[in-house]
Amino acid sequence: MLNDQTNEVFPEVFSRDGASHLSRRKFFGIMGGTAAVIATASACRKNNGMHNSGINLGSGDTGVLNYAYALEQLEAAFYTQVIKTPYKNMSATEMAYLKDVRDHEIAHREFFKAALSSAAIPALEVDFKKINFNSRDSVLGTAKAFEDLGVSAYNGAGKLLVSADYLTIAGKIVSVEARHAALIRDLIQPGSFADMTVVDAMGLDVVRTPDEVLTIASFFLKSKLNASNLPTS
Amino acid sequence: MNLQNIFSVIEKSDPEIFDRLDSRRNIMKQFARTSGKIAVASIPFALGSMLQKASAAPPPPTGDSIPDTLNFALTLEYLEANFYIKAVEVGMFPDAASKMAFTTIRDHENAHVNFLKTAISAAGFTPVSFQFADFDFTAKGNFPGVFSDYGTMLAVAQTFEDTGVRAYKGQAPNLMSNNDYLTAALQIHSVEGRHAAHLRYMRRKANLLVPSGIDLKPWITLDQSGIGSAAVQASYDGEQVVNQAGVMITNIGGFDISAEAASEAFDEPLTKEQVLAIVTPFFA
Repeated sequence: MLNDQTNEVFPEVFSRDGASHLSRRKFFGIMGGTAAVIATASACRKNNGMHNSGINLGSGDTGVLNYAYALEQLEAAFYTQVIKTPYKNMSATEMAYLKDVRDHEIAHREFFKAALSSAAIPALEVDFKKINFNSRDSVLGTAKAFEDLGVSAYNGAGKLLVSADYLTIAGKIVSVEARHAALIRDLIQPGSFADMTVVDAMGLDVVRTPDEVLTIASFFLKSKLNASNLPTS
Repeated sequence: MNLQNIFSVIEKSDPEIFDRLDSRRNIMKQFARTSGKIAVASIPFALGSMLQKASAAPPPPTGDSIPDTLNFALTLEYLEANFYIKAVEVGMFPDAASKMAFTTIRDHENAHVNFLKTAISAAGFTPVSFQFADFDFTAKGNFPGVFSDYGTMLAVAQTFEDTGVRAYKGQAPNLMSNNDYLTAALQIHSVEGRHAAHLRYMRRKANLLVPSGIDLKPWITLDQSGIGSAAVQASYDGEQVVNQAGVMITNIGGFDISAEAASEAFDEPLTKEQVLAIVTPFFA
């Protein structure tokens, strides 16, 4: 089962601990105290130097939008393959849901491509050899990981944007990713739409930095991404 | 209670707060822009000196102040939390799974109330406060069965969650001057999205959709609610758009993307005024 595989491959990222610690950090940032600043700074230091060669996402809002575009490319490619080679015994209901999700992700991808125009990064090459497209467990486990990842990525990217219009666009997309995440989770385990692995004791969803997100995404990408010019606050 | 005047609650406890907030909104923004790295809790202290300098500040150009925005969010969370507390208490659930789902959502809404209360207080402002008696969950008689008919209860829950998603989305730009508040609001926003998706899933599974035969999914198709009451329509109006930032989403890039899918792929924001119009009937 991919869930277990991914937990072995990325123990920190696909388990919730790293993420909920991050939320707690944010919370203490709000509650005040320099400890939060230090904690954030050390988290940043840890990530410095990663994802600094390959296709350059760019800087400023353009860079953040390219970052979102990269994730949407990954998701759209995944669901396109899921529908092209449905897993064994995929029910009609599941097929309909997954087709919808595919269409949404294609719409997101193509939207960013059109909006970024000449500033858009090229089409990325994906690497799905870790996914068994014949297996419901593998496909839905990956889908869950991608959707939760997408939610945490947009939640972390909001503060990086300068334009209120782009923030609103990101907001329009992230809640749809959250809807996907909830549905996929309910298909795997009814009632797990917002369980403790993604929502912490303060009722907050996961948030991840671009470095954290790209570390996970890179396991499914042949293309290398350079996020070194992305804004950090 | 007249919801348009909800902030009179704050005003009563702190008569000068609007003076201070209104004339200083843009200072708040300026302040946060130039010192985004400073922990939020230190704002009241630092603001003190900034406010003195800016006594002749012009009125704010657009948007609500951060404390106004957080109190607006807190108001919506109180509405939701009180609804779910009562719903779990009444306990009309057909099975353990639906009870568990409502309990989970109740706990999240309570956590949101506590989080926002704490954050607003920590920043030196006064949080609004509501109790069960402040609400009328029948929405002035529109949903008489809200706590006696399972389908009505689910329909109201779905509407609250879908509205909450749209409300947070609409408010996010007002929090841009402070990264911590913005990120926390986004983290709540996506949790509301998860709730909305699950309630829609529950309503579909329980075969409670109206008109019957409608295919309600975890995402919002066009401006369909799947609820047989015109009273909820304002929560769905505008969700049918298929053009984003000047980009036509239907059949975008030569892909076979229907208008339905194009509308589902993007949730739409609501303004504070739109949200207040929707939730006002739910206040006693």
